[in-house]
Amino acid sequence: MKTLKPMFWRALPFIVAYVVVLALISAGVINDYIFAIIVTICINIILAASLNLVTGFTGQFSLGHAGFMALGAYTCALITMHFDSVFGFALGILGGAVVSALVGALVGLPTLRLRGDYLAIATLGMAEIIRVILLNLGITNGAAGLSGIPQYADWNWVFGLTAVTLIVLWNYIRSSHGRRAIAVREDEIAAEAIGINTTAVKVQAFTIGAFFAGIGGGLYATYFYVIKPDQFGFLKSIDILVIVVLGGLGSLSGTVVAAIVLALVSTVLADFSDIRMIIYSLILVLIMIFRPGGLMGSKEITDTVLGKVFRRKEAKA
Amino acid sequence: MNLRRRTLLGATAAVAAVGATTACSAKPGGSGGSAVTGDTIKVGVNYELSGAVATYGQASVDGITMAIDEINAAGGVNGKKLEIISYDNKSDAAEATTLANKLFTQDNVLVGMGPATSGNFKAIIPVANKNGVPVVSGSATADDVTWDGSTVQEYAFRICFNDSFQGTIMAKFAAENLGASSAVIIKDNSNDYSKGLADAFTTEFENQGGTIVTSEAYVAGDTDFNTILTRIKGQSFDVIYLPGYYSEAGLIIKQARDLGITAPFLGGDGFDSPTLLELAGASALNDVYFTNHYSSIDEDPTVQDFIKAFKEAKGAEPSAFNALGYDVGKFVADAISRASELTGDAVQKAMAETKGFVGVTGTFDMDEHHNPVKTILVIGLKDGVQDSSEKVG
Repeated sequence: MKTLKPMFWRALPFIVAYVVVLALISAGVINDYIFAIIVTICINIILAASLNLVTGFTGQFSLGHAGFMALGAYTCALITMHFDSVFGFALGILGGAVVSALVGALVGLPTLRLRGDYLAIATLGMAEIIRVILLNLGITNGAAGLSGIPQYADWNWVFGLTAVTLIVLWNYIRSSHGRRAIAVREDEIAAEAIGINTTAVKVQAFTIGAFFAGIGGGLYATYFYVIKPDQFGFLKSIDILVIVVLGGLGSLSGTVVAAIVLALVSTVLADFSDIRMIIYSLILVLIMIFRPGGLMGSKEITDTVLGKVFRRKEAKA
Repeated sequence: MNLRRRTLLGATAAVAAVGATTACSAKPGGSGGSAVTGDTIKVGVNYELSGAVATYGQASVDGITMAIDEINAAGGVNGKKLEIISYDNKSDAAEATTLANKLFTQDNVLVGMGPATSGNFKAIIPVANKNGVPVVSGSATADDVTWDGSTVQEYAFRICFNDSFQGTIMAKFAAENLGASSAVIIKDNSNDYSKGLADAFTTEFENQGGTIVTSEAYVAGDTDFNTILTRIKGQSFDVIYLPGYYSEAGLIIKQARDLGITAPFLGGDGFDSPTLLELAGASALNDVYFTNHYSSIDEDPTVQDFIKAFKEAKGAEPSAFNALGYDVGKFVADAISRASELTGDAVQKAMAETKGFVGVTGTFDMDEHHNPVKTILVIGLKDGVQDSSEKVG
């Protein structure tokens, strides 16, 4: 029992989020529009959290996340359209994640020997290659993309996949693998000097990041019915990066907060479409000026006052 | 560490700048309530007002607002005014879906208009079907938008002809009016519109007994086409079919004429932009024909009245997208006025039963696949200005 109680406290935010949304959906407070925003937030959390593992925790600047998202989206869409059932959808999500992870490992091996700006360019190129291949393959229907993808993503799926992503990443970062990744971020030469195989660490983080980006892509495909190669361009990678930077490099809870804040800002501004992008961009600039490390810096929610309360409860238990 | 942070800051600033430059104008929308409150009927506008294809969305919305303003000034539909609720989907399919949800479940509009492009329109059709709200697009021309060969999208309609129709008509025109028996195709490989037109043209042209000498391809964004054109120059052919957008087509025509290629250029509605003239120059634009939804030299009084009114309201010559948007607005109002009651189902039924609707882009009936049965115009250019227009189909 003693080990179960702290786990309960850690799971509490997830349980609360799940139950509250579920209750509001059945009460009819959350209509399709609000639900669409919640799904967007969850997909952005999955994508940004997986990129944060690569860029925030391992310190590898990647501009190719939309490429992995595209692989996940197309794989999931093709499998779901072929086996039109919940089982097919589950298979699609898994298949998309696996394909994406495989490509991530394959691309990561040569490119992760590069650093900084060079790596950014290489990953950018990789995402473009994926996009152009999708544009020219027959099975992906070229530039017109795939439409009529069956929608199986209800709240259970969306929440479940988001929670799994966050819990796995949280535990990974706190494992010995994660600490090696952080060591590589802090000082690659020092990390190498104490015997860490830096390339292996980077490829591992990159592969896991790609895996979850694939899941995010799969959810995106099934929720928004239509996917086209041009949805997964350079700007999509930047959109994801913005969430990571805004939340704080190396802060999973920061990513969650930033994804929610950006979605809310965008939603509120939807009614003022003529000045929306100006205000949105202005908010980004202001946050970067006043909080250059992002909303949460590299701290987690558990490092703040809220976390102390939790920890005391855990200690008592 | 410092370098990394600076790079990220730079990236963020770049995005912010991109975001700011793509921002543009739209009418703010209202919210809440049901489709019909007292004397107003709410209609939704979900268009690309910023982003990659903002020109199409803005032009369409200009046409729609003009039509709705005219209808309201004339007393509205059955005594009720139409109220537009407008959103910008940022040329993004996911955003279009989200906003469609907002229009249909929160704003409770009676009818939805847009988006302009086939991909974004396809993205909102499942939402429309789910909520029983009829949606109309004026420019989603991909073949499978409302009918994929087996099932009709119940609540989706369009008022423009589809891509393969354009290719087919142009092949007929080439064979019958220009007497061509051999053709070269130059298409944009990154674009489904271009590929669709090229395929339809090839099929029909070969049916007419013609031969396709060779097929060349480019990618949107290219600027130097001399390699393709030099290869073509050495061959013998009667016409060049160039189904693409004005931005590349203008350059291709200019460079071809500079190389001494004098064969007629044939294209689709992607040619319809003043930019074509700017890029190619007036002297290159002779013997150029393209299929289009409407022509400003059409002497039909409906067309001339529209052009005159548009010039007065917006101070510019209307484009095909303006005309199509205008027809979308009129078509929606027409269907609402014929509907037995003010519900999505009744309006959907009225739209499906449309017969002899008179629009700027032609008179049409709605067929069982929710596509209009309408004529197409083949426009000929002389020194860069429209010289002839012929109704075909």
